[in-house]
Amino acid sequence: MLLIECPYCGERSEPEFVYGGQAHVARPRVPAEVSAEQWARYLYFRDNTRGVHAERWRHTHGCGRFFNALRDTTTDQFLATYKVGEAPPAPAKVSR
Amino acid sequence: MQRFSGLSLLRRGLSGQRGWQPQWRHAEPKPAYDALVIGGGGHGLGTAYYLASEHGLTNIAVLEKGWIGGGNTGRNTTIIRSNYLFPESAALYDHAVKLWERLSQALNYNVMFSQRGVMMLAHTVHDMQVAKRHVHANRAAGVDNEWLTPREAKAFCPLLNIGDIRYPVIGAALQRRGGTARHDAVAWGYARAADALGVDIIENCEVTGIRRNAEGAVEAVETTRGTIRAPRIGVAAAGHTSVILRMADVELPLESYPLQALVSEPVKPVFPCVVMSNTIHAYISQSDKGELVIGAGTDAYTSYTQRGGPHITSHALEAICELFPMFRRMRMLRCWGGIVDVTPDRSPIIGKTGVPGLYVNCGWGTGGFKATPGSAHVFAWTIARDEPHPLNAPFTLERFRDGNLIDEAAAAAVAH
Repeated sequence: MLLIECPYCGERSEPEFVYGGQAHVARPRVPAEVSAEQWARYLYFRDNTRGVHAERWRHTHGCGRFFNALRDTTTDQFLATYKVGEAPPAPAKVSR
Repeated sequence: MQRFSGLSLLRRGLSGQRGWQPQWRHAEPKPAYDALVIGGGGHGLGTAYYLASEHGLTNIAVLEKGWIGGGNTGRNTTIIRSNYLFPESAALYDHAVKLWERLSQALNYNVMFSQRGVMMLAHTVHDMQVAKRHVHANRAAGVDNEWLTPREAKAFCPLLNIGDIRYPVIGAALQRRGGTARHDAVAWGYARAADALGVDIIENCEVTGIRRNAEGAVEAVETTRGTIRAPRIGVAAAGHTSVILRMADVELPLESYPLQALVSEPVKPVFPCVVMSNTIHAYISQSDKGELVIGAGTDAYTSYTQRGGPHITSHALEAICELFPMFRRMRMLRCWGGIVDVTPDRSPIIGKTGVPGLYVNCGWGTGGFKATPGSAHVFAWTIARDEPHPLNAPFTLERFRDGNLIDEAAAAAVAH
């Protein structure tokens, strides 16, 4: 199972968390003004990246907070975790 | 094609098993074909077979980045059924069941299709309402499904623990025409039959790019074994479909999750059917080799590793121990994972992509194996005629924009 570094609590095991899907998917500010295509993109279409994937996790059995992570989906290794509102760290800069 | 028969088995058996020919060639890729299928699993190989056998397209190739049947086709829990909720789904999956019923004869290859019955358990009022709704919908659509009392469920599967558990069995929905088949066999059976019709099966050939002409239509693929031209390309690449379609700038509503399964040591025949429970979540059958074949929900995050966490399989085994106490001492031999491409409505996407000449068959998620011959058949039709077959016409990519989702989350019976 995954060992996940919560930015608030430190390294905890996977069952303490709930997966939150792809990160940085912005909800259109005025849904009535976007096309059906754009709304479908927001609701359903995802990158499904084979490689470094920016995603959300929520520490439901810990601090309860959402945070973001960079994880390589070809190895399941985490490259970084970062708080909501922060920009994803550039993968080249991340140690590990 | 060297036909299999009782006589051929006897003759070769008596001569030391000499004289068997390879079942398909290790073909070298040609510079061009009339059509390409990307993905050498059951769906892709079946598509190639039906393109050749029903549409006269024999100058075609299947490109597989690994070995054929090495992806989800080799990793599923072999359950076959058609008890999905909506008429569009029931029709498509039952088309597959009807093809399964004749497949061994059609391919001259024993796919070991066994219509031993698939029983879906109900443990709560919600389960019962959902199950009965499926029973009624199926019967209205001409698909067999019947409601059983707990005693009838136990009579059908004597090992089932209906009483002394936290969520007792309060009934079950049984599809008698459902069952299991040997997953490897369907890949090999289609490969052999397609090869005999002239289809090239090219393994160790990973597609790295899709080339389009000035009008935007596909004209070739770049692969690890060279460039191959074709005016028609069908993608049946399951969990890797997003990767492939992005090469043609097509985005999809897919997410690829690990789905694990595991088998026990082989034991004498003890489990007569397939049993699935959404609520006490697991599903189980016994293979003809004697192994209990067990699965449950997906892991929670997207991954291309074909692995998941042990807590997922532990939960599955806890559910099995609760429902079938006799299995509490079974030793589990092997576990593994696949990469399942899941759509928001848990229904597949089969049809055109908006890029001329490029067709996609994906989004089967956790339930593609059961549909193998049906999916392959309608996908071949779509590629050959440049129009969907009536059975896959509702399963468009556009439905996510237009709102015509076909929500089979309950019928999928796999938590994710």
